[in-house]
Amino acid sequence: MPRGSLKLPSELVPESSIIMDLNKRINSVENIVGKIKNGSTIMISGFGEAGVPNRLLGSLKKLGPTDLTIIVNSVTRSHSLPHALIEANMVSKVITTSARGRGFGLSTFEKKLRDGEIELECIPQGNFAERIRAGGAGIPAFYTPVGFGTVLAEGKETRRLNGKECILEKSIVSDFALIRGDQADKYGNINFSYTQMNFAPIMAAASKTTIAEVREILVTPMEHMQIQLPSVYVDHVFATGESA
Amino acid sequence: MNQLTKTQIAWRAAQDLINGSIVNLGIGIPVLVSNYIEDEQDIFFQSENGILGVGREADQSRQNTNLVDAGSRKVTLRPGASIFDSASSFAMIRGGHIDVTILGSFEVSVNGDLANWDSGIPHKAPLVGGAMDLATAAQSTWVIMRHNTKNGSPRLVESCSLPLTAPNCVNRVFTDIAVIDITTQGFLVQELIPKVSEEELKARTDGKISIAPDCQELRIPNGIV
Repeated sequence: MPRGSLKLPSELVPESSIIMDLNKRINSVENIVGKIKNGSTIMISGFGEAGVPNRLLGSLKKLGPTDLTIIVNSVTRSHSLPHALIEANMVSKVITTSARGRGFGLSTFEKKLRDGEIELECIPQGNFAERIRAGGAGIPAFYTPVGFGTVLAEGKETRRLNGKECILEKSIVSDFALIRGDQADKYGNINFSYTQMNFAPIMAAASKTTIAEVREILVTPMEHMQIQLPSVYVDHVFATGESA
Repeated sequence: MNQLTKTQIAWRAAQDLINGSIVNLGIGIPVLVSNYIEDEQDIFFQSENGILGVGREADQSRQNTNLVDAGSRKVTLRPGASIFDSASSFAMIRGGHIDVTILGSFEVSVNGDLANWDSGIPHKAPLVGGAMDLATAAQSTWVIMRHNTKNGSPRLVESCSLPLTAPNCVNRVFTDIAVIDITTQGFLVQELIPKVSEEELKARTDGKISIAPDCQELRIPNGIV
């Protein structure tokens, strides 16, 4: 519907058109992940092992688009799938809070950084989260004291507010969000198991297209108190069929 | 022994936590602090990945890959715990709702500057995580670290040589030989290992340091290695 056009009262909309159009369930991930083209920007949820969309990332790695910008909390683990995208030469820029590889040796990512083959933007985790949240909430930028006086604030606008020196941080948005949840319904409502939630809700809101993998898709609509990520932010849901 | 082990320093820091506090523990040695809290104490440990009320580390039978803390340890929840997303977690941290954060560090300066995120090793990439948010916004920032580096250089310094995490934020430092407050008069020693003399302490510290009039003996706990 074009912007500004009048919406029909719900009782005048044929029921079939609502029901038929709103089924976000997909039975294979390749077609949808295949929409991620060279040069795309992708947010990837997950903290530790919790909430990492491994099935979607595995599919993305097989399809192999290049020149990607990935926005992910951490790339410290050499054996993780976000790091595997870097190793496969698919990534040109990483926006993260934790870039250092484990141990004293250099990770593949660190070698690429040293050799100038990849770009890094390292951000304090609260600024990272809030910049993504702001992106999904239509806030172009905000002031925060976090990072002031450090090398991570170099070149950023500053302003004294409420007696504190602050820096201006700009919001982050992206083309795609790849997230992992526990359950979904066909409308795209999602809930999470424990700390799976982490960055998924804000990344889903800040991205044009959100693809969610979940353990299972419920047959009936999710009860409102169960919903931790409302359907409006989710475009596609895929059930991995794994056990709880 | 004339110094505390890292685990014993964690035990010592735990003794200063007050019932009812909201506490965020950094990864590494600071998370060990939670091992020295009694079950009946109502201290709520906040984890930056979105937990208020982290319980004990999960034993083999209760491990769940979806329930981890900021250090990716598999943990349990304490009664009354809640889970939320990362933006809410950092709003909690940045909004000043954390009473105490206990962090590891490379250096702390005499005016409370913290340098704990970039070790300066060539070509190792930066890892900042939530350290800047915690150090900037927690009501109190405590540090657990060895008093000196492996080659004997002071970690308590006149001014930090490594990149700062946040300026003027540290309130208290627990080392292997002393408990030290950051005051406007410099480092103030509240507890000291008996076998360390004032002269030795001053030689091992860079920056103004003095002994509090009511300075106590820093006790090495029994039964903690």
